[in-house]
Amino acid sequence: MDTVANNHSAAEADGKDTILIYRQSRWTRLTHWIWAFSLFFMLLSGLQIFNARPQLYVGKQSGFEFNNTILQIGAENTANGPRGFTEIFGHRFDTTGVLGWSGPSGQETPRAFPSWATIPSYYDLGTARVVHFFFAWILTTTLLIWLIASLVNGHIHRDLAPRVSDLRKLPRDIVDHAKLKFHHTREYNTLQKMAYGGVLFVLLPLMIVTGLAMSPSMNSVLPWLNEILGGRQTARTIHFTVMVLLVLFFIVHILMILAAGPINELRSIITGWYRTDPPAKHDQPTERSA
Amino acid sequence: MAKFQISRRKFLTSASLGLSGIALSGCDVFDSGLGIGGGLRSFLENANGLTWRAQRLLAGRNALAPEFTEADIRQPQRPNGVTAPDDDTYKGLLANNFADWRLEVTGLVEKPLSLSREQLQNMPSRTQITRHDCVEGWSCIAKWTGTPLSLVLDQAVVKPQARYVMFHCLDTIEQSLSGDIKYYGTIDLIDARHPQTILAYGLNGNPLPVENGAPLRVRVERQLGYKMPKYIHKIELVDSFANVGGGRGGYWEDNGYDWYGGI
Repeated sequence: MDTVANNHSAAEADGKDTILIYRQSRWTRLTHWIWAFSLFFMLLSGLQIFNARPQLYVGKQSGFEFNNTILQIGAENTANGPRGFTEIFGHRFDTTGVLGWSGPSGQETPRAFPSWATIPSYYDLGTARVVHFFFAWILTTTLLIWLIASLVNGHIHRDLAPRVSDLRKLPRDIVDHAKLKFHHTREYNTLQKMAYGGVLFVLLPLMIVTGLAMSPSMNSVLPWLNEILGGRQTARTIHFTVMVLLVLFFIVHILMILAAGPINELRSIITGWYRTDPPAKHDQPTERSA
Repeated sequence: MAKFQISRRKFLTSASLGLSGIALSGCDVFDSGLGIGGGLRSFLENANGLTWRAQRLLAGRNALAPEFTEADIRQPQRPNGVTAPDDDTYKGLLANNFADWRLEVTGLVEKPLSLSREQLQNMPSRTQITRHDCVEGWSCIAKWTGTPLSLVLDQAVVKPQARYVMFHCLDTIEQSLSGDIKYYGTIDLIDARHPQTILAYGLNGNPLPVENGAPLRVRVERQLGYKMPKYIHKIELVDSFANVGGGRGGYWEDNGYDWYGGI
């Protein structure tokens, strides 16, 4: 087990009086990178799987003779040639070049998500399923290992569990983030806790559950699952929506790391060591925002 | 359907990209090694075996797929794959309303059978309203009526060394250079003897229509649609499918789908 006893090791002699602390355990670091790797492949193979039926429905079944489609990506012939479109809740947008109709100039093809966003790059549902389910096992196993390790080493209790004080700090935290003022401390700030907790305890479990709900075999084991979720096609729609939320998380995650200092943030998730602000600053919050 | 064009599309895509010399963008770097038989793919496919064993462990032999009510039947069963076989044999049988059609039960059985439609329909039947899930992602709820496959297997007396039920179909699914390929598929004896696995001849209270597989298709309710062959004329009990077709246990399996279609 990693020791955090003497984590307040010597401040580096850079004149800034900053402190290097051991912030991320090896469990957190290892599982973080396995998730990053797995989610990359799950996203791209998932978009390929979606391309086989680029429509999302609400309910137990897909409406062919009735309309329960809430999202559709497709191609249509127009006076100006073939165009790609995306239709969400009845609102249609022209998405030629990216969604519905894309490819090298002069060689466009009808496909929901473009070649550069799918594994394999060409249409191949069978292979995408192989890739998707392989990484589904990796992702789920890793999440389970992380959960156990983080309960044992106190990561969840110490770093992620929300406290009353988090609620109090929330308005200030939002303002600080909006101003791109970042405080480098041992603890996660409120928005970080919400984001990480939301991904680890809500989005990823929901992804796994809705994935299982689409399996006809699992439906025989857990017949109530689809009833809770609102039907297999709703489960599929939730699965897709969670994907969009995870992509949004990823984008914000990267932006925040770039804004907060990518070298320091990357070091902490690779080596575990994180450079915190000088202690004096912690004690005088008014100075920080000056 | 687009399914018939996969290999052609693959060919055209790679050929056109290659010819134009365009720097391939994005994820084509992952394309190599993922072909059937490729080392990377074979490694990744281990996960499918894990899924199969895990779901078998959880679902056991007899856990039932959810059944629905008449109110859930909101549309005709969506046909997929071959919907009008162009084969002369099939068209001849259809012209005579399948009076000359027989279901052969052969292979590793003590008593090979040759059953007419009437004989099958005179056996005890099961009717179930279930959801058909296509591997592509869509679902459709319909009422199926048919003879439990287990009754047919009992009548034929399966030999102990048999491990799989292979369905031979009348429809040509692909015309390849080496000849026409008729649809075929396999399930194991656990699914074959599952209470909801029926040889369906009725759909939504009517005789099974041609586009849905007349005169006979199988329902394997705990798996995806490609595991439920249509236009069946022969059931063969086998101990291995390694020497049939591409050796992966079915037409779509030979084209890259997993043999186990429970997810």
